[in-house]
Amino acid sequence: MSKKPREHTLIRQMRKNTENYLLLIPYSVFFIVFTIIPILVSVYLSFTYFNLLQPPEFRGLFNYIRLFLDDEIFLISLRNTMIFAVITGPISYFLCILFAWLINELGPKLRNVMTLIFYAPSISGSLYVIWSYIFSGDSYGLVNSTLMRLGFISEPILWFTDTKYALTIIIIVQIWLSLGTSFLALIAGLQGVDRSLYEAGAIDGIKNRFQELIKITLPSMGPSMMFAAVMQISSSFSVGAICNALAGFPSTDYCASTIITHIMDYGNNRYEMGYACAIATVLFLMMFIMNQVIKAILRRFGDV
Amino acid sequence: MSSATILKLKKRNISEKGSAKVSRSRGGDVAVFIFLLAAGLLMFLPFLYAIVQSIKPIDEIFIYPPRFFVTSPTGDNYLSLLDLVEDSRIPFSRYLFNSVLVTFFATGLHVIFASMAAFPLAKFRFPGSKTYFNIIVVSLLFTTQVTALPLYIVMAKLHLIDTYAAIIFPAIGSSLGLFLMKQFISGIPDAMIEAARVDGASAIRIFWSIVMPNVKPAWLTCIIFSFQTVWNDEGSNFIYSESLKVLPTMLHQISDGGIARVGESSAAAVILMIPPILIFVLSQSQILETMAHSGMKD
Repeated sequence: MSKKPREHTLIRQMRKNTENYLLLIPYSVFFIVFTIIPILVSVYLSFTYFNLLQPPEFRGLFNYIRLFLDDEIFLISLRNTMIFAVITGPISYFLCILFAWLINELGPKLRNVMTLIFYAPSISGSLYVIWSYIFSGDSYGLVNSTLMRLGFISEPILWFTDTKYALTIIIIVQIWLSLGTSFLALIAGLQGVDRSLYEAGAIDGIKNRFQELIKITLPSMGPSMMFAAVMQISSSFSVGAICNALAGFPSTDYCASTIITHIMDYGNNRYEMGYACAIATVLFLMMFIMNQVIKAILRRFGDV
Repeated sequence: MSSATILKLKKRNISEKGSAKVSRSRGGDVAVFIFLLAAGLLMFLPFLYAIVQSIKPIDEIFIYPPRFFVTSPTGDNYLSLLDLVEDSRIPFSRYLFNSVLVTFFATGLHVIFASMAAFPLAKFRFPGSKTYFNIIVVSLLFTTQVTALPLYIVMAKLHLIDTYAAIIFPAIGSSLGLFLMKQFISGIPDAMIEAARVDGASAIRIFWSIVMPNVKPAWLTCIIFSFQTVWNDEGSNFIYSESLKVLPTMLHQISDGGIARVGESSAAAVILMIPPILIFVLSQSQILETMAHSGMKD
C-alpha cells in the first residue's frame, strides 16, 4: 500500500524532468556503449573461454584460478603494475603538487612558460621514444657515452635489455610523462585559493611560504587534490604502451611486463579473449579499490 | 548584473589571487627560481635532444664519441621523411585528411554532447542524476587505454573495426570532458538560471541562450583535451586499412625502421608534437580557468 504513492511521485518527478533526460541522451549513448558496456562485457567474458569466432563457453572461475596459480608472467606483471601504482603514482602526485606550488610562486609570464615546460611531455605524443636514444644500449647512447667518458663504466650498459635497469628507466620516463591534467588542475586550484586567507594568515603569524603551504594552501585545495589523485591513479595503472615501445615485447624475462601488456599479449596475439578479460577485470577491480582507498585517505586529511 | 560582468569579475579575481605574496623572503625566491630552472632543464632535455637529433646530418648521428649538439645543422632528415612518405602507396594528404576528419568529428560531437549532458547534471536534481554523475566520476579511471581489449570486442560486435567510427565514437563519450564541463557549469550563478525559468524558458532554451555563452573557456578546454587524445591516438588496434590510418600511425610505421632511421624518427616525433603544444600555448589561460573548477567533492 505505501509503495504505490511513492512510485507515483517518482514517475511524476521523472516526467517533470523529461527535458533533462533528453539532454542526457546523446552523450550517454556513447558513454554507455564505449565505457560502461566494455567493462561489463569484460566481467562476463572473464568467466568464459572466448576466441572471438565461436560463441563464449562458460568456464566458471577457471580463468581466475589459472591467472593466480598457473601464470608466472601475470604475477610479474601484477608486481610491476603495483610498483607503478604504489611508487611511481605517489611520486608523480607529489611532484605535481611540488611543481605546481613552486610555479605558482613565480610572476605571471614566467609562470606560463614553466607550466608549458612541465606539462609538454604529457601531450607530446610519442616523443618519449627519444628516451630510447638517450638510453641507447650501444656506446652511441647519450647516457652510456657520458658515463664512459667520465670513467664510471668501461663498456656500454644495455639499459632496456638488462633486467636490472629496464623497469627503473621506464619509471623515470613515466614520471617525466606524468605531469598532465592533474598538474594543470593543481596549478589552477592554487590560483583559486582565497587571497584573504593569506592576509589573515600573515597577521596570525605565518612566517614563511612553507608554513603557508601546510597551514592554508593545502587544506583549502581538497577538491583539486582529489581530482588530481584520481587522474594520477588512472595513469599509473595504465602504463603499458611505453613498456612495449622502450623495452620491446616480450621484454627480457618479462621484466617490464605490466598488466596492460599482459592483456595485449593474450588479447591481440593469442586471441584468448576470455582469459584476457579476466586479467582486465582484475585490473578494473584493483583500480577501483585503490581509488576508494586514496579517497578515504584524502578525506581524512582535507575537508573534502 | 549581466552574465558577462559576473564572469569578468571572476576572471579578474582569479588572476589577482595568483599574485598573492605575503610572507616571502628574497633568498627563498632565488632558491625556488634556481630549483625550478634546474628541474625545467631536465624536463626539457629530451625535447632539445629530439630537435637536435632531427637536424643532425647522418655522419653526426653516428659520430664516435657522440656529441649532444649539432655542428652543421641540416634539413635532410625532414626531406628524407618526406621522401619516405611519398614512397608509400597512399598519398600523404590522405593521412592528413584522416587525422583532421577524425579529430574534427570526435572533438566537435564530444564538446556538444558533453555540454548538453553536463547542464542538467550541474543545475537540476532529478531521479538518478546523482547516481549517474557518480558513475561518470568513477569512470574517469577507466580510460580507453585500460579498456582497450573489451572495447575491441564491443567494436567487433558492432562491426566498427576498421572504420573512422572506431576512433571517433569512444572519444565522444569521454568522461573527462563531461566532468570538467559539469564542474564549470556548476559555477554559473543559479540566479541567472532561475530568472530565465521564471520567464518560462525551457531547459533546452536555457541551455542554448544562457549556459552556452557562459561556458566558452570550458568548451575550449574540452576541445583541446579531446584534440590531444585523438591526435595522439594511433588507433592502430582498431584500424587496419592503410587508407584509413591517421598521421601519427603512419609516421610511426616509418620511424619503426630501426636504428638506421634515428634522424627521420626524431623528425617525425618533432612534427607530431607541434600541434598539441602550439594549441596549448594559445589557450593556456582559458584551460587554467576551466581547471580551477575541476575540484572533486563527494
